[in-house]
Amino acid sequence: MNIVVVGLSHKTASVDIREKVAFAPTQMEKPLRALLAIEDIAEAVIVSTCNRVEIYISTRDIAGGMARIKRFLADYHGIPPEILEPHLYAHHGEAAIRHVFRVASSLDSMVVGEPQILGQIKTAYGYAAEFKTSGIILNRFLHKAFSVAKRVRTETKIASSAVSVSFAAVELARKIFGDLSDKTVMLIGAGEMCELAAKHFINNGVRGVMVTNRTYERAVKLAEEFEGKPVSFDDLFDQLHKADIVLSSTGATQFIIKPKDVEEVSRRRKLKPMFFIDIAVPRDIDPKVNDVENVYLYDMDDLQGVVASNLQQRAEEAKKAEAIIDEEIGQFHKWLSNLEVTPTIVALRSKFEETRKAELEKTLASWKDLPPDGAKRLEALTAAIVNKLLHPPTATLKRAGQGGRTDLYVDALRTLFELQTGESEAEELGELEE
Amino acid sequence: MNALFFNMTLAIYFAATIAYLAYLVKPREVLGKVSCCILSAGFVAHCAYTVDRYLEAGHTPITNLHESLSFFSLAIVGIYILFERKYRIFILGSFVTPVAFLLMAASTGFPSAIMPLNPALKSKWLMVHTVMAFLSYAAFAVAFGAAIMYLIQQHFLKSKKLGPMYQKLPSLDILDEINYRCLTIGFPLLTFAIISGAIWAESAWGTYWSWDPKETWSLITWFVYAALLHGRLTTGWRGKKAAILAIVGFFVLLFTFLGVNLFLSGLHSYK
Repeated sequence: MNIVVVGLSHKTASVDIREKVAFAPTQMEKPLRALLAIEDIAEAVIVSTCNRVEIYISTRDIAGGMARIKRFLADYHGIPPEILEPHLYAHHGEAAIRHVFRVASSLDSMVVGEPQILGQIKTAYGYAAEFKTSGIILNRFLHKAFSVAKRVRTETKIASSAVSVSFAAVELARKIFGDLSDKTVMLIGAGEMCELAAKHFINNGVRGVMVTNRTYERAVKLAEEFEGKPVSFDDLFDQLHKADIVLSSTGATQFIIKPKDVEEVSRRRKLKPMFFIDIAVPRDIDPKVNDVENVYLYDMDDLQGVVASNLQQRAEEAKKAEAIIDEEIGQFHKWLSNLEVTPTIVALRSKFEETRKAELEKTLASWKDLPPDGAKRLEALTAAIVNKLLHPPTATLKRAGQGGRTDLYVDALRTLFELQTGESEAEELGELEE
Repeated sequence: MNALFFNMTLAIYFAATIAYLAYLVKPREVLGKVSCCILSAGFVAHCAYTVDRYLEAGHTPITNLHESLSFFSLAIVGIYILFERKYRIFILGSFVTPVAFLLMAASTGFPSAIMPLNPALKSKWLMVHTVMAFLSYAAFAVAFGAAIMYLIQQHFLKSKKLGPMYQKLPSLDILDEINYRCLTIGFPLLTFAIISGAIWAESAWGTYWSWDPKETWSLITWFVYAALLHGRLTTGWRGKKAAILAIVGFFVLLFTFLGVNLFLSGLHSYK
């Protein structure tokens, strides 16, 4: 049995192709059943997110399997195959295992290390399990992918740092204040960036929100949106001491907050720490504010610097993650190869045994003057011949199984001796191994 | 038996120091827990050593430099373990455990033989006075560790150099809180140690206060920490100021403990 992966992602297809190929998450039963109805596809899982669409199958026929999935994707979505083809990638064997492990560990994501993809694959697997389109091999395969992703997450720092400006601001706030749940954020001015950052702070548990704007009506409107308190712009410095985190983004051409203002505010706060985030360009807050005791000021450049170094750190952590994946691929590949060794040996033996028995019976039935112990001796002779002949291939196959490279032998034996191994045997073996 | 407990403690503290430094390099939860377990084992051995020595000597084993350094180390480890249980910040151990180990190692440099007790010290006050003094020292030592971490972390945040060390250190808020907690534990203990010392002095030497160098320096130490506590409660000396004062206070305290015994002579100089 082989694992085959066919799909496309943000790396190979633009969004106008991806949206055509996407599967609706609420209607997975139909495509999954359609896949399983295709010849020689034993198991199937469909992963469909906004950044990728991938189909995982187990099949005996690698080339045929790939071609059939490509055909299925084109037909199902009504796209001409020649348009879809250049965007598709197809992997089998070790490459397929590596691909899925990397995807699950978020090494193939647009933002490396973003955590959603693992959940999306788990959901996709959930559908396949619900409609029973995944079996012994894909079950094992995806569980392995989940555990690899978990290992990558815990053993590397791939997802430990913020890679957007507003998350970087939240993270800095955590390092200054620890718990944010009793903190208040003050928004000065408006703007997309500022509101986004404010939302992140609220999502991360900030308790109070104050909003001020040169136009008081806008402050009132924005305050309503955040369930906060509007403050008139003239009262800014009367109210500023109530804020722990200050997000500023006005259109002012000169600094509106200066060190001496902050010193005054800080005294009123009994030197409790303050975190100023200046998102405006040109800047709203005098950079010297950063020199005031227990006050921290980050402007847009500072935050982008933090993000850049975090991204670099992720790239370094990704290398460690690749090493973990290499290690896990070896183990899984060995299991997959071994999955077929025992049933093949069993099938080979029973084939020989059946032939021997059939021929022996024929001979015994037609042999008139058989000596009294003749039947017994013929039985022993033929059994010995079969055993002697089967010993070398059995031993070789078992040895090959230890090294994890059995596909060639298993395929050759099956073809040469026309062996049939039922799925039930593979399944039994799989359960034993679980 | 006594030497065995001592060497065991020293060896385990060494192992704990290595483990905590490894945690500093690779901050994995498992490594932190292992470090904490090693240190706790060391603490048990250290308690055994101290109790055994108490039974053998028949008095509180804090009567010479060897014993004092050892007990100081024991108190630091004990207080640190309490803090770790509360805050789960293993990285504090990377700063505190080496101090405990070094104190223990330093105690080997002084004669460890059990000497008959100076008659002036034979009193039930010996235990009360010394144990409280060293518990307060230990609390201030933990505050010192947290203060150093605070200044490092603060420097990272101010200079916007957010390297791997920044990621590993806890938030400023927690470090400042540990500083404060240590102060609220250490200051009353130091106060009681001084008061109990005065009462004892009255019964042993006939006077509450004789401006012996140890007494003078204890008073200076007390004033430094009193100033810090006062500043914190009234004008909000927190963060950087509090961290710097905790560090200054600890150096004064070290002089009170070691400098006075080594360089100045007085009633407290027991050799």
